[in-house]
Amino acid sequence: MIYDALIGPFTEFEFMRRALAAVIALSLAGAPIGVFLMLRRMSLVGDAMAHAILPGAAVGFLLSGLNLFAMTAGGLAAGFAVAILAGLVARSTGLKEDASLATFYLASLALGVTIVSIKGTNIDLLHVLFGNILAMDDQTLLVVAFNATVTLLVLAVIYRPLVIESVDPLFLRTVSRAGGPAHLAFLALVVINLVNGFQALGTLLAVGLMILPAGIARFWSRDLTVMICLAVVAAAVSGYAGLVLSFQTRVPSGPAIILVASALYIVSVLFGRVGGVVRQLFPGRHLEA
Amino acid sequence: MAALHFRNVTLGYDRHPAVHHLKGEVAPGALLAVIGPNGAGKSTLLRGIVGILKPLDGSIHLGGLDSRDIAYLPQSTEIDRSFPISVLDFVATGLWRGTGLFGGIGKVAREKILRAIASVGLNGFENRPIGTLSGGQMQRVLFARVLLQDARLIVLDEPFNAIDSKTTADLLALVKHWHVEGRTVLAALHDMEMVRTHFSETLVLARGPVAWGPTAEVLTPENLMVAMRMCEAFDDSAAACSADDARSRAA
Repeated sequence: MIYDALIGPFTEFEFMRRALAAVIALSLAGAPIGVFLMLRRMSLVGDAMAHAILPGAAVGFLLSGLNLFAMTAGGLAAGFAVAILAGLVARSTGLKEDASLATFYLASLALGVTIVSIKGTNIDLLHVLFGNILAMDDQTLLVVAFNATVTLLVLAVIYRPLVIESVDPLFLRTVSRAGGPAHLAFLALVVINLVNGFQALGTLLAVGLMILPAGIARFWSRDLTVMICLAVVAAAVSGYAGLVLSFQTRVPSGPAIILVASALYIVSVLFGRVGGVVRQLFPGRHLEA
Repeated sequence: MAALHFRNVTLGYDRHPAVHHLKGEVAPGALLAVIGPNGAGKSTLLRGIVGILKPLDGSIHLGGLDSRDIAYLPQSTEIDRSFPISVLDFVATGLWRGTGLFGGIGKVAREKILRAIASVGLNGFENRPIGTLSGGQMQRVLFARVLLQDARLIVLDEPFNAIDSKTTADLLALVKHWHVEGRTVLAALHDMEMVRTHFSETLVLARGPVAWGPTAEVLTPENLMVAMRMCEAFDDSAAACSADDARSRAA
């Protein structure tokens, strides 16, 4: 009975196995990126970037229909263009990065929706906006896994400057020139993972598997390493439980995954060890020293 | 060879000079106090020295020092104290010159880090997140990092602001120790008494240099009065500075 509910769908159906593999790859790479987005107070920047990849994906759709591979390539191109342009505008003018991104992503989102509706139907639009992880083919799965691998490797390379730049950017500027490149590389990783998430969750929810696990992890640890590990676990658990939920109840898969993550988030907000609501209401007697 | 050589340097923002036509040399191993009223350009000068701010005109020569040979302790740091990093890891970033992007932190380096933390009096704080420290403790942590940077030139921007007297005394002892070790130390300061007793050389700054030399000769009420008067606001309609043109015509 329990087997049928929790494991059966994956042994029985190949598309469920593919979806599970995809969601685990997304968790491994996306969650650490999400932790850094959150700690650098860029959560909404991630959200903005997610919309920015839409026109590229839409051009891919226009050229070759609902082909995930073409849409990925287009999304990557558009995302990089917006990330790098916004980063350059912010670094070379006084404009803050969030403001310059907001401009770029609003334009991109409008452009993207326009392009999709020129050729596609409302169903296509829904697919682009909310994704469909159950429609993964082998090729797309390989792309997702490749992107995840690249993300982890690049993150390992830029980890140290990225951490120092997050804590004390001025210090990093005085000892090294790695800060700028590390920041741009990080933005690139954000784009790669958004495109990855785009396959599964669509442009509106792609950032969900990055930011929500990070938010969950923050309520359970004060240590960066532990936080990253927890975020990966939270993302993978949400992905798995979301797929099961979607299979049993016919809720669309993307929203199901994000709903499970949101439920975990609410539990963490309430009962988290670090700054959770219950902890703050009932902190226990104060200590001696 | 001077540790620092200012060649008619002008530093500022949006073409408005904050430090105007500064010339002079800082000898290696000098212990130099930079004083002047608020807005005199002290921080601007220090930012120019460490290379964060490019001169509008003229140049600053570092006497063969690489930018990594400079340790800089800014006044208002942009440190994100909520970032989850321990005192140990934070201080360890001072080893950047040795470790760079990938270098590991071995047993020897770890010993060095612990010694640095101990010598600023923060024994037992190694695993505390930096967000839980008081202002004075954080300043001690920043000094520990400067200690690890092992720099030839140390630049401190008002390092004793809002710090209690015990902490100030401890950190001042470190500064004097650096001087004994032959490092060049520049510090922007407000406390005239401290400058008089502990710093051998003083630069009185007010946009331009008012006086520069041995502290006893330079730190006079007259010079300080001049400095106070010279700090007027930016003039939006100021014409382009022609001090250099005039000189070249004369020559």
